[in-house]
Amino acid sequence: MAARDSDSEEDLVSYGTGLEPLEEGERPKKPTPLQDQTVRDEKGRYKRFHGAFSGGFSAGYFNTVGSKEGWTPSSFVSSRQNRADKSVLGPEDFMDEEDLSEFGIAPKAIVTTDDFASKTKDRIREKARQLAAATAPIPGATLLDDFITPATLSVGFELLRKMGWKEGQGIGPRVKRRPRQQKPDPGVKIYGCALPPGGSEGSEDEDDDYLLENVTFAPKDVMPVDFTPKDNVHGLAYKGLDPQQALFGASGEHLNLFSGRPEGASNLLGDIGVNKGRKLGISGQAFGVGALEEEDDDIYATETLSKYDTILKDEEPGDGLYGWTAPKQYQSQKESEKDLRYIGKILDGFSLASKSLSSKKIYPPPELPRDYRPVHYFRPVVAATSENSHLLQVLSESAGKSIHDPGTQSRHQLNASKRGELLGETPIQGSATSVLEFLSQKDKERFKEMKQATDLKAAQLRALSLAQNAASSRTQPPSQVVGHGSWHTALSGGTATTKASNFKPFAKDPEKQKRYEKFLANMKRGQKDALEHCLDPSMTEWERGREREEFARAALLYASSHSTLSSRFTHAKEDDDSDQVEVPRDQENDVNDKQSAVKMKMFGKLTRDTFEWHPDKLLCKRFNVPDPYPDSTLVGLPRVKRDKYSVFNFLTLPETASLPTTQASSEKVLQHRGPDKPRKPSRWDTSKQEKKEDSISEFLSLARSKVGPLEQESSPLVNKEEVHVKESLSNKLVNKDVDSQTEAGESRPSMDLFKAIFASSSEEKSSSSEDEQGDSEDDQEGPGEADFKSSQEELPSVAPTSEPAPQEPAPSFVIQKTQIDEREEFGPRLPPVFCPNARQKLEAPQKEKHKKNKEKHKTKKEHRRKKEKKKKHRKHKHKGKQKNKKSEKSSSSESADSSDSQSEEDTADMSPQELLRRLKHLPLRRQ
Amino acid sequence: MSFPEPKPRGPVLPQKRLKTLDCGQGAVRAVRFNVDGNYCLTCGSDKTLKLWNPLRGTLLRTYSGHGYEVLDAAGSFDNSSLCSGGGDKAVVLWDVASGQVVRKFRGHAGKVNTVQFNEEATVILSGSIDSTIRCWDCRSRRPDPVQKLDEAKDGVSSVKVSDHEVLAGSVDGRVRRYDLRMGQLFSDYVGSPITCTCFSRDGQCTLVSSLDSTLRLLDKDTGELLGEYTGHKNQEYKLDCCLSERDTHVVSCSEDGKVFFWDLVEGVLALALQVGPGVVQSLAYHPTEPCLLTAMGGSIHCWQEEAYETEGGTG
Repeated sequence: MAARDSDSEEDLVSYGTGLEPLEEGERPKKPTPLQDQTVRDEKGRYKRFHGAFSGGFSAGYFNTVGSKEGWTPSSFVSSRQNRADKSVLGPEDFMDEEDLSEFGIAPKAIVTTDDFASKTKDRIREKARQLAAATAPIPGATLLDDFITPATLSVGFELLRKMGWKEGQGIGPRVKRRPRQQKPDPGVKIYGCALPPGGSEGSEDEDDDYLLENVTFAPKDVMPVDFTPKDNVHGLAYKGLDPQQALFGASGEHLNLFSGRPEGASNLLGDIGVNKGRKLGISGQAFGVGALEEEDDDIYATETLSKYDTILKDEEPGDGLYGWTAPKQYQSQKESEKDLRYIGKILDGFSLASKSLSSKKIYPPPELPRDYRPVHYFRPVVAATSENSHLLQVLSESAGKSIHDPGTQSRHQLNASKRGELLGETPIQGSATSVLEFLSQKDKERFKEMKQATDLKAAQLRALSLAQNAASSRTQPPSQVVGHGSWHTALSGGTATTKASNFKPFAKDPEKQKRYEKFLANMKRGQKDALEHCLDPSMTEWERGREREEFARAALLYASSHSTLSSRFTHAKEDDDSDQVEVPRDQENDVNDKQSAVKMKMFGKLTRDTFEWHPDKLLCKRFNVPDPYPDSTLVGLPRVKRDKYSVFNFLTLPETASLPTTQASSEKVLQHRGPDKPRKPSRWDTSKQEKKEDSISEFLSLARSKVGPLEQESSPLVNKEEVHVKESLSNKLVNKDVDSQTEAGESRPSMDLFKAIFASSSEEKSSSSEDEQGDSEDDQEGPGEADFKSSQEELPSVAPTSEPAPQEPAPSFVIQKTQIDEREEFGPRLPPVFCPNARQKLEAPQKEKHKKNKEKHKTKKEHRRKKEKKKKHRKHKHKGKQKNKKSEKSSSSESADSSDSQSEEDTADMSPQELLRRLKHLPLRRQ
Repeated sequence: MSFPEPKPRGPVLPQKRLKTLDCGQGAVRAVRFNVDGNYCLTCGSDKTLKLWNPLRGTLLRTYSGHGYEVLDAAGSFDNSSLCSGGGDKAVVLWDVASGQVVRKFRGHAGKVNTVQFNEEATVILSGSIDSTIRCWDCRSRRPDPVQKLDEAKDGVSSVKVSDHEVLAGSVDGRVRRYDLRMGQLFSDYVGSPITCTCFSRDGQCTLVSSLDSTLRLLDKDTGELLGEYTGHKNQEYKLDCCLSERDTHVVSCSEDGKVFFWDLVEGVLALALQVGPGVVQSLAYHPTEPCLLTAMGGSIHCWQEEAYETEGGTG
C-alpha cells in the first residue's frame, strides 16, 4: 500500500481499517487464536452472551449480582434529611445499563413508534382484525371499530387528507380519462379477503361508454408492488389465514383437471371431508394435523400452479387404459381393487404390489429341556487333529461323557473335514491337513499298529483304574476318577510326554514343577496312577484335584504347541504315493518314419505334428493377441495321467503290437548302439515307435526298404544320427534273414534290453568322454564325432585375444576340457575363436596331445567306416542326383521345364512375395 | 540413399569389407543389429555386451553385469532397452541409455542360448540348453516366467518371435512354432540338431539350419520343403543363418571361414565370402540395406556392397 502512488490511491475505495504499518524490525504479530479472543464490555468485564445475539441479560459480575462478593446489602442510611430529595423511583432505576442501550428493553435512543412504523405492520394487524370480524358471531362487526378507531391515524393520512385525498382514491394527479379497468396483474397478489362484490366497480364498468370531456378522475387506488424486506417472525411465505379457505374448505384439495376426481386422502376419507366443510369454528389445517387426517403437506393452503397437472401423466404402465380417456368402468374397477387391497397412502414412485406377499411362517421357539441351565461352561478347545484326538476324547470324558463313536461327537469337537465326512461329502483331494497323510503306506500301517496298541493299552488301563477306583470311590468323587484315568490314557498315548524336558509350565514353583515332571515321567512309563504318586500327600483333597487338572492341562498345552510344527510343512506338488504321472496327451510320434521322410525330402505332412497348445493368458495379453482358448485354464499342452515309473512312458512304445518290421529295425538300432556305442543316448535319437499304425507308416516302411541301398550310398548327410540310421538300415539288410526270425517272436523288447542300454550308458559315461576327446582330433570332418567334439580350440583361444604372447597350453587345456565336458552334453558347440597369431601356436601341441590318445580302436574303426562312406558318397553323387530327380518327378506334378526356365531368369526385379509365391510352386531342385 | 528412389535394382550382396572392429571382449559370441540397423550389439565371452556404431566403428557403451559369457542379445523395438542371455543362466534386461541392469531373470537351469524381445518389448523369450523357452514379463515384477515352453526334448538353440508366433529350433531336431493366435503348436521334424531358425521377412517361410550342413527353407503353414541350401560347413557349432534384406538370398555362416550366399529361389550358391581363417561364429543382416555383420574370433566385420561409399551412406 505504501508503495502506491497518491493518484492511484484516489481511485481506490478502501473498506475496513487497515493494519498499522509495521515498525522497523518488528515482527508481524500473530493473530490471537480463536480460543483467546474474548469479548468485554465497557468496563472491561467479560461479557457473557446469553441470548442469541446480544439480547438477554448479563447478570452482574460473572452472572452474580454485580460484585465479586455477590449481593451485599447496603448499609442503612437515614433518609430523614434528604427525604425531600427522594423522588419516585421509576423502573429505569432498577435497570442495568444494557437495558437502556439500543437493544435493551428500554432504549434511550429515539425510535419510531408503532404509529409511524411502516404500513406492512398495519396490514398484518388489519388482517387479524378482519379475521376477527369474520369469525365474530356477527360477520363484519368490526366495521364499527373501523369507524371508531381511526383516532390514531398516522401523520401521512392526515397530511393526505389535508391535501384533499379521500379514502379509496389513488394518489397522483387526476387523470382525464380513467384508464381501462384491468384485471389485476397476476404478479400483484391481492391478499386478504376478496373485496365484496358489487359496489362502485360494477357501476364504473357500466359507465365506460360515455365520457365527459371536462371531468377528471382521481387515479385508481392500486396497491403498488412492494419490495418490502421480510421483517416479521413468521415462516417464509406465510401469509396468514384466509378465513374462507380455512373455515369452509373451499379449496385445499388438489385439483385434478383431467380426471375430475380428487385424489388422495380426501376421497378416501370422503365423509370426513364433507363434515369438515360444514363445520364452523377452527378445525383448519393451519392449526396442525388432526388425528384423522393423513396429509400434512398443505398447512398453508395456497393455490399455486404446482397443484395442477401440467402434463398428461404416463405413470401407469401396462395397457394403455389409463388417464382421463380411460373407460370409466376400468377406472372404477382399478380404483375399487386398489381400495380393497390397501387403505393408506402410496408413496410417490411406488405402486401397489400386484402379488401379495406370502405370509411369513413363524416358528415357535424351541422348547427348552427341563434340565437346561442358562450358563455356559467353556471347555478347553483342542483342535481335533489325529495327534491329539486322544486328548480330546479324554477331555470330553472328563466332562462326564464317554464317546466312542465319532458320529455322536458333539459338533464343537468336529472339524470341517469330519463334518464333511458325516455329511457324506467326498474329501477334498490334495489338501491334506495332516503330515500323516503324506506318509507312505508302510509308515501309515506302522502308525496304525502303534495306535491300536496304545488304544488297547489305554482301554486296559482304563478298565484297571476303574476297577481300582471302584473301591475308593467313597472317598473320591467319581468324575475325578474317570478323569484321572482318561488323562492317563491320553498322555500315555505318547504325544505330550516325550519332549517335556524343555517345557516348564510351573517353573515358578520348583516343587510343583518337580511333581509335574515326575508325573510326566510316570505317564511315559505308562503307570496308571501316575498322578496319585506324584501328588503331594500333604495336600488337601481339593488341592490335589486342582493340581491334577493343572497337570493335565499343561500336558495338553504342550502337545498342541508341538503340533504347530506340522504347519511348517508344505504340500508336495506331486503325490509321491500315486503311481500316476502327468504326461502330455499328444506326443510327437515316431521319429523313425520322420527320419525316412526327411531323407526322402518329403517334408510337410509326414514331418509335421500339430498340437493344441494353450498359451498363458498373460502372454496373449502381452502379445496383443486374443486368447485362443478363453474358457480353459490350461497352459501348455493338454496333459493326461499315465503310469509313473514306466519306461514306456518316456519311450512311447506301442501298447498294441505294432508292425514287426519297424519294431525290429528300431530294436536293431538300440541293440546296435547299446553294446558298442557306449554313449549317453540323447532323446532325439532313441527310436520311438509310433502309436498308431496307419497307412503312412506302412508306406514308409515299404519305401524305406526299397530306398535303403540307394540311400546308403547317396545320402549326403553326414550327421551322426543319420549315420545311426544308416547303420541300422544296412544292418537290417544284412541281417534280413535274422530279422525275419526274430520278428515273429518279439513284439516288444524285453526290459533287460533297456536296462542294459541305460545302465551301460551311465557307467561308461566318463570313459566315453575320453573317447570323444581322442576322436575330435582325428579328423575334423569326421561326421560321427561332430556332435561330441570337445571344443579344445574354443576356449584356449579366448585368452590369446588379450595376451597374444605364446603360451603353454597344456595345463590350462586339461582343466578346460573337463569343464566343458561336465557343462555341455548336447547340442552344437559354440564356435572357437581364431586369432590369427594364436592359431598356429595352438594347433601344434594339440596334435601332439591327441596322438597319445589315439589308441582307442573303437573310435578309429567307426571313423574308418565313415570315411568309406564318404568316399562312396562322392562316387555316387551323380547317382544320388538321379534318384532324387526320380522322386521329385513322382512327388511333384508340376512340369519341371517351365519352372526351370523361370528360375533361370534374373530374379532381381521380383518382390520377395513374388519370389516366394513362385517358390512354392516350384519343384525341389537339388544341387 | 538418394532421392527420388531409384528403380529397383538387382540384389547386391555385401562383399566389400568396410570395417573391422576389434571388440576387445574376448570371443564375440554373437553380433546383432538393432531394430533399424544403425547400431549393433556384440556379445563377448568376457561377460560384457557392447553397443557399436558399426559403420563408423565407434564404441557407444559397454554393458557389464553378466556373470559369464554373453551368448545372445537383442534390442527392443524402441531402442530403449536391451536383453541378453548368457552362460550364467540369467536373462538380463538393460537400459540402453544408462547402461544399468533393469532386471535379471533367473530360472533357467542351463546357459541361455538365445533371447528375443516380442514385438512390443513387453516379453523376453529366452531359449536355453535346459530345453525350455521361458517367457519373461518385463512389465510386472514377477520373478518367475509367464510361461515355460518345455516341449523341446533337448536344448533350445534358437528362438525367433513374430507378432503372434514363437519359432524355436531345438537340438532334438525339431522346429517348433507356437502360434499364439491359433493356440497351436506346429512341430516340424528336421532330423538333425537345429542351430538356427528364422522367419522370412514376409512371414511365410522359415529358414532352418541344422548340423547336417544344410539349410532348409520350409513353408510356414504346411511345413513343406521349399528349398535346400548346401555347400557350407556346419557340423559342430551353433552358427547363424538369415535371409537377406529383401528375402532374395539365404545367408549362412560356415565353419571354414566363409559366409555363403545362396539364391533363395534357385538354391545355387551365389557367393562364398571369405571372411577369415576361423569360424564365422555369428552374423547379422541389416534390416533394410545390403549390409552384413560377421563375427569371427574377437572381432567383427562390417560388409557393404561393392558400390558403397563411406560418406554417401546413411552411416
